Amino acid sequence: MNAPLIRLQINGCTVEARAGTSVAAAIAQHSLIFRRSTTGQPRAAFCGMGVCFECRVAIDGIGQRRACMVPVREGMQVSCDD
Amino acid sequence: MTDRYDVLVVGAGPAGLAAAHAAASHGARVGLIDEQMTAGGQVWRQDVQHASPALARRSIGRTLDHPAIDWLAQTRVVTVEDGGLLVEDPRRARRLHYQTLVLATGARELLLPFPGWTLPGITGAGGLQALAKQGWPLAGRRVVIAGSGPLLLAAAATAKRHGAHVLGIYEQSSTENIQRFARSLWRWPAKAVQAMGLRAQLAGVPYRCGSVVRRAHGETELHAVDVDGPRGIEHIACDQLAVGYGLLANVELAQSLGCTLQLQGAHAYVDTDRYQRTSVDGIYAAGELCGIGGRDTARIEGAIAGHAAAGKTADADRLLQSRQHARHFADALNQCFALDPRVHALAQPDTLVCRCEDVSLSALDGYMDARSAKLATRCGMGACQGRICGSALAELGRFPRSGQRPPLFPARLSTLAGTNLSSINKP
Repeated sequence: MNAPLIRLQINGCTVEARAGTSVAAAIAQHSLIFRRSTTGQPRAAFCGMGVCFECRVAIDGIGQRRACMVPVREGMQVSCDD
Repeated sequence: MTDRYDVLVVGAGPAGLAAAHAAASHGARVGLIDEQMTAGGQVWRQDVQHASPALARRSIGRTLDHPAIDWLAQTRVVTVEDGGLLVEDPRRARRLHYQTLVLATGARELLLPFPGWTLPGITGAGGLQALAKQGWPLAGRRVVIAGSGPLLLAAAATAKRHGAHVLGIYEQSSTENIQRFARSLWRWPAKAVQAMGLRAQLAGVPYRCGSVVRRAHGETELHAVDVDGPRGIEHIACDQLAVGYGLLANVELAQSLGCTLQLQGAHAYVDTDRYQRTSVDGIYAAGELCGIGGRDTARIEGAIAGHAAAGKTADADRLLQSRQHARHFADALNQCFALDPRVHALAQPDTLVCRCEDVSLSALDGYMDARSAKLATRCGMGACQGRICGSALAELGRFPRSGQRPPLFPARLSTLAGTNLSSINKP
């Protein structure tokens, strides 16, 4: 199964991912730090199914989005750790 | 915008798909909603690299292609209103009304705290499986699978298929329990075949019983775990740990609708009668929501609920015996994988329990209920609304999970602005 390649920006770096890939999976290709917790600890995707909210990042300027619930799109701007 | 359905089904996993199809087969106009982009639920989640099993493709295809079924993807329930549900999708909010409602909201993992469990590189067991299917990079990575239940085998098989080097599967249940369960498998031949298939896929991967992950090591991401097993403590260097202690029902929507709940151990499920009717008139529930029973139970209960919701109980009657058989398997499974008290003692006083608000276990000492703990410490006040820490604390015997308040999930302000606040604020 070879879905087309999509290009997106994660913290300003270009990452390529197959169509159908989640933003969480695309971020993991780049770095394992998705965000900082309230006391500053590094966190990453944990439950994988939209329950725990550990993978929340800003996507196209909208914050607090669960990266495991959003498929990648061409030109998407993802910002972690904010 | 308002839409009205004869039967509205929430959740498009095996139970919801079967319910929608059964109801539509009687001519009902059916709405099927799910928060994910694709149907199948967790067990039939689509894999970006590999084809889905034939049964999943058939069940999904025949339901989504049915002319009487509206498939509403990426649609989540925000709150319950009189006679309907307020939902939102990526673009807009709307109200869905129904004659009858079938709840098939499935299960999530029981994720329990232990020192180091918040490190990047650690996921649930089903969590790793879900992420692998989403394209999470696993090729060449050293993966440890731990926790409890048959999901560990499925997660290991998925990780292996995605190129991971699976170092071992560490099951907390004892060898005696697992062997007793294996000897009883002849009563469910299809399950025995499935187990043998998984075993073959996992040839060469160690399966160790009576073993729990005591601690995870790393600075900004996972580097190693300590596994406590029959041979003592083993220190294992790894890149990824998948650890889950079984499943629990997603009862939050059913609870908001006023459906009577029961307890299975420390966790709630929805009480139903022979036709999957809940305590609330016109509301049905099926699958994991009615107690963890697995995919086969979910498919049967979904069909029963769909027939009954369309008023055709005679069709439902034909399925009652097979449901009983499937539920007996689930009971045997739950007994086999009952949690060892060691698992409840993993969290240390300084271990964070609430991952949203970074609240440690010792900060909760002296609180007797979830609400007072939340007011004083913020435990359970974060974005997951206590779904992780509340369930963990219930399992650890601290206090039961508190009731659900709207919205069911964080929602957009524009969605909430359109709600009738007096109707959502009723108790």
